[in-house]
Amino acid sequence: MSQIQEKTQVIRLEQLTSDIVRLTLDAPEISSIASPGQFVMIRTGNTSDPLLRRPFSISQTSSDGSFQILFKVVGRGTSLLSHCRKGEYLSVLGPLGRGYRIDPHRLACLVGGGMGIAPLLFLGKTIMRKYPDQGPVVVLGAKNREELAPLIDDFADLGLKVHVATDDGSLGHHGLLTDVLKALDLGPQCTTYVCGPKPMMTAVHLFCRSKHYGCQVSVETSMACGMGACLGCIVPLEKGGYGHSCSDGPVFDAEELVWSL
Amino acid sequence: MEFVESKAPAVDLRVSIGSLSLKNPIMTASGTFGYAKEFEPYVNLHRLGAVVVKGISLLPRGGNPPPRIIETSCGMLNAIGLENVGVERFISEKMDSLKGVNVPVVVNILGDTVQEYREISKRLADVDGIAAIEVNISCPNVKKGGVAFGTVPEMAAAVTAAVKESCSVPVIVKLSPNVSDITVIARAVEEAGADAVSLINTLIGMAIDHHTRRPVLANVIGGLSGPAIKPVALRMVFQVSQAVAIPVIGIGGIETVDDVIQFMLAGATAVQIGTANFINPRASEEAVEGLSRYVVDQQLRSVRELIGGLILAD
Repeated sequence: MSQIQEKTQVIRLEQLTSDIVRLTLDAPEISSIASPGQFVMIRTGNTSDPLLRRPFSISQTSSDGSFQILFKVVGRGTSLLSHCRKGEYLSVLGPLGRGYRIDPHRLACLVGGGMGIAPLLFLGKTIMRKYPDQGPVVVLGAKNREELAPLIDDFADLGLKVHVATDDGSLGHHGLLTDVLKALDLGPQCTTYVCGPKPMMTAVHLFCRSKHYGCQVSVETSMACGMGACLGCIVPLEKGGYGHSCSDGPVFDAEELVWSL
Repeated sequence: MEFVESKAPAVDLRVSIGSLSLKNPIMTASGTFGYAKEFEPYVNLHRLGAVVVKGISLLPRGGNPPPRIIETSCGMLNAIGLENVGVERFISEKMDSLKGVNVPVVVNILGDTVQEYREISKRLADVDGIAAIEVNISCPNVKKGGVAFGTVPEMAAAVTAAVKESCSVPVIVKLSPNVSDITVIARAVEEAGADAVSLINTLIGMAIDHHTRRPVLANVIGGLSGPAIKPVALRMVFQVSQAVAIPVIGIGGIETVDDVIQFMLAGATAVQIGTANFINPRASEEAVEGLSRYVVDQQLRSVRELIGGLILAD
């Protein structure tokens, strides 16, 4: 597995909503070897506080040598990062972890909730490039129109039909994203590629199990290093013991994990 | 044990830990460097003084449930629960790749009973490629009601003696800071035959989520590490190096060469870089480079001139 510590430069910082930010970094080395579902660890400042890097999944890479991340400001690390300036340098470790494993023989359905939408854009683009006849189905959900609307365009630009749901009904289906998913005709052979809040991933996993669909989920855990050393980022495994989300994941086959149902 | 130098070192950074000669005093701390393989993409491992691998127990341990880590001000708390593959799998799966990197390998060991420490040491004694054993005595002694070995001088000495009897490589005893007088423990393990002491292990702490009114770590308490603990570590290294004659290895919040120099002035013969590896995987190699520059800039004959070089009064 190839990993790099790269000094990257901020190309663009876009405030998509009051608390959602899209950051574009010039990182030719990491961008050239990253695959969908992998993540990076970014140092948000140059001091000891906050001490640790923050993990972000790669939202998309570009042939110009840049990649994007998408994040919501939730704490000090993300707050600092949301104030970085164009031209500033950021230390990035990556690409890290095991990403999505594309099954070209089954219909792909990308299911993303909230910030979990981020890695699915990279995946959607990759599937479109490698398997152009695939035309993955996209189901996205978020709290409201304000959060969801800015994230849909990228998928639509790929020519993908996007099915949407919001908690308050301000855009698309009023209710759960899994309601939308269940109403779709995905045929007998489908694999869902999922990222989002745990209750939503649980619901998608149960739906997939009932339909005998494949289901790959990207999990989010706290972690210190991102490279298999701190052993902090564990997830309980169905076979017993723990997996490490940084090196065994962050993408797991849903059947590998323990779900609190 | 000899380790091949790619070229003759221009600067004398060599230090000795008992009978073990290191080409420089920069080591990596147990539990922060995996089994070294994890850092190969980032670090020229052969340039380090030594690597200390993740603590090994007699049998594999799964570790604690999540959450296991939480960031704190200038530091982090961890309660990993000593997750490791156990001594047999360590030997069969990890030693080969470790031998390939051409750096002295220090194996950190832990146990629940004196007998367990003895058995692991015996098992490792036959294994080629181990430069030294570091003994984690911060574990609870299950035969003595779970009191940590490292908090009672007699128990710390008993573990040290058992390991010494069971192997021929240098034995480093890693001291717990969670005691009223660390010099008492240091003297006890020196008397029992330790070739060196390393300190400090993590300081016990906790974090509380006031929204949920629950502890953040599943284990409730955990070990504090990172720059937050550096002043405590420096003080203890200073005190212990005055109290014992064996080499002291300084650990605790070391990030840069400046920290390394400070620990050596306080009395450390070598240092271990821990939590900093998580943030900057190249921290250890950068410290070697920085130390080399410092010795040249200061026109020192060797890095050893720094050891205990603290100026206390004019």
